[in-house]
Amino acid sequence: MLYREAGDFKTSYVDDSQTFPIAFDRYRYWAVLAVAFLVIPFVIDDYWANAVFVPFLIYAIAAIGLNILVGYCGQVSLGTGGFMAVGAYACYKLMTAFPDVSIVIHVVLAGGITAAVGALFGLPSLRIKGFYLAVATLAAQFFLVWLFNKVSWFYNYSASGQISAPERSVLGIAVTGAQVAPWAQYMICLVFCTISAIIARNLTRGSTGRKWMAIRDMDIAAEIIGVNPLRAKLSAFAVSSFFVGISGALFFAVYLGAVEVGEAFGIQKSFLVLFMIIIGGLGSIFGSFAGAAFMVLLPVALKVVGVDWLGFPTDTVAHFQLVIVGALIMIFLIAEPHGLAQLWRLAKEKLRLWPFPY
Amino acid sequence: MSDQFYYGIEVLLNGLMAGVLYALVALGFVLIYKASGIFNYAQGVMALFAALTLVGIMEGQIPFSHLINAIFGTDLHHFGWEVPALLAILLTVGVMVLFAIAVQRFIFRHLVGQEPIILFMATIGLAYFLEGVGDLMWGSDIKTLDVGIPQGGSFWIEDMTAGLGSENFFGFFIDKLDIVATIVAIVLVAALVAFSQFTKQGRALRAVADDHQAALSVGISLNFIWILVWSIAGFVALVAGIMWGAKSGVQFSLSLIALKALPVLMLGGFTSIPGAIVGGLIIGVGEKLFEFLIGAPYLGGATENWFAYVLALIFLVFRPQGLFGERIIERV
Repeated sequence: MLYREAGDFKTSYVDDSQTFPIAFDRYRYWAVLAVAFLVIPFVIDDYWANAVFVPFLIYAIAAIGLNILVGYCGQVSLGTGGFMAVGAYACYKLMTAFPDVSIVIHVVLAGGITAAVGALFGLPSLRIKGFYLAVATLAAQFFLVWLFNKVSWFYNYSASGQISAPERSVLGIAVTGAQVAPWAQYMICLVFCTISAIIARNLTRGSTGRKWMAIRDMDIAAEIIGVNPLRAKLSAFAVSSFFVGISGALFFAVYLGAVEVGEAFGIQKSFLVLFMIIIGGLGSIFGSFAGAAFMVLLPVALKVVGVDWLGFPTDTVAHFQLVIVGALIMIFLIAEPHGLAQLWRLAKEKLRLWPFPY
Repeated sequence: MSDQFYYGIEVLLNGLMAGVLYALVALGFVLIYKASGIFNYAQGVMALFAALTLVGIMEGQIPFSHLINAIFGTDLHHFGWEVPALLAILLTVGVMVLFAIAVQRFIFRHLVGQEPIILFMATIGLAYFLEGVGDLMWGSDIKTLDVGIPQGGSFWIEDMTAGLGSENFFGFFIDKLDIVATIVAIVLVAALVAFSQFTKQGRALRAVADDHQAALSVGISLNFIWILVWSIAGFVALVAGIMWGAKSGVQFSLSLIALKALPVLMLGGFTSIPGAIVGGLIIGVGEKLFEFLIGAPYLGGATENWFAYVLALIFLVFRPQGLFGERIIERV
């Protein structure tokens, strides 16, 4: 009853090809945006911003990026942490080299630099596939982390080897540095996240995305029907790395403020983002959000239940978290390979007929 | 001959020894991959888990004691007995067999026929799960493992080779443990080859590796073979865990050797046991020599972290199936 096409007449091609063809979906979309932009910034406090909303939005961007590569183009990458590090360090170098330029431009440029690096490390994908490629992307992960550790130019020769974000503001409101308000952190991440999602959604709906999916489903067949694998694969790597780079830049500049590369962008981060898209749903933008929300909320929820309510020691709860995450990955791969997004799709199908399923 | 040359040889020898250990881990991967097409990322964590279990049994730790203490407020930690090493190893093998049965029964039976990459991701999940279980069972502190393997530099070799280049050369420093590991690895490979060539189960295993359906049609139980191969991989993981654990303590970083084994496999080919060994040696020697000749003097050191991956990456571009792998043929 809720998701009905009935009575929703499309009278132009623009109407016919819009992102959400069902009216109720459109209202829901606008409602979510309205709550995100108009309600949450006024009620958010430091705890909710730092524990839930800011990491969720940043990981959602990273998950969208990785989903383009893994879910849409079928090229498994374990180098996400390394590419996030590229975004972070590019943003840091730009912020310190050009203090007068707006941070928004820096973040976008950092995404661009990451896209170039990603395309470079995507070159082997033209020769190798599957988990051979996954292992090859590990080369990117370890090499990049080593590079940012060893070459002191990247961290401006600071003694600690850390990078810390200088204070920058957008429209006169501080968004990085020590004095930043939680709602300002939230808003800048929200803006980047929303725009990323809209771009990604439209790219994957259009001819670029169809080429990626053709490559994913069978690259030889795709080549025969006229998809250029060089351009499709490298564009997937570039676009994916662009989003991952943006998320890395925000992760460093807005969320953490100071970063040590091996700790913040190690191999664990690559796996975390990969888990987000497996649990959320491969090949779905909504799935990227769902997975990011799940993986951000799970540790918070476990901490509240395990440490605060039941009084377990923190390390035991952390071990439980590993067990639960591992088990969930396997359960999702066995029971629902398309992830939370598929559950959502099924729920929508049910809602269309509800309450008269026959 | 200059000192530098002899130092180079020492580095080379140590690289060979490290390579043997990489090859031990890679062996477990190859076994499972050949028999079931699963690329088992959890192999490294299996080594960690096996070593943890071994230490736990030897010291008489109570499994899940942290958890029990947290729930019931008790203060349990040890049974109060110590188990001799050999018995403990046998018990650990038993645990790894149970683990193999559980993995087969609850996970991979439900994933038969899935794409390789899905199976790979499932093993990443398995790796996390097993790591968590290992920590919950035995605690996450660093443990020392002592099953009576001789350790420390071999003075005999050092004395024999001292003064080779000039007065200032003190001889090759080679850890006895590495020599033991090399011998164990050779014995293990010989035993595996003998097993797969001369026993009924071994033949069945090779038949499954060749062709699943043909093997099924002549009455080989796939389920049994998969449990068998996971058990063998568990045993190999235990051996690798003992060697690495004796070398650097039983701790989380042990599971990261799995990541080191990946480039070994890519060099050697996923389906070849000799490939795993040759690949291991090439990676071991290559990364030590690179660090010695180029990494430490010019690049600021610690190149061992990535050299293996970059080498494998460059290698793959020219020969995607690895040194000894089967040629990859694609059909539309």
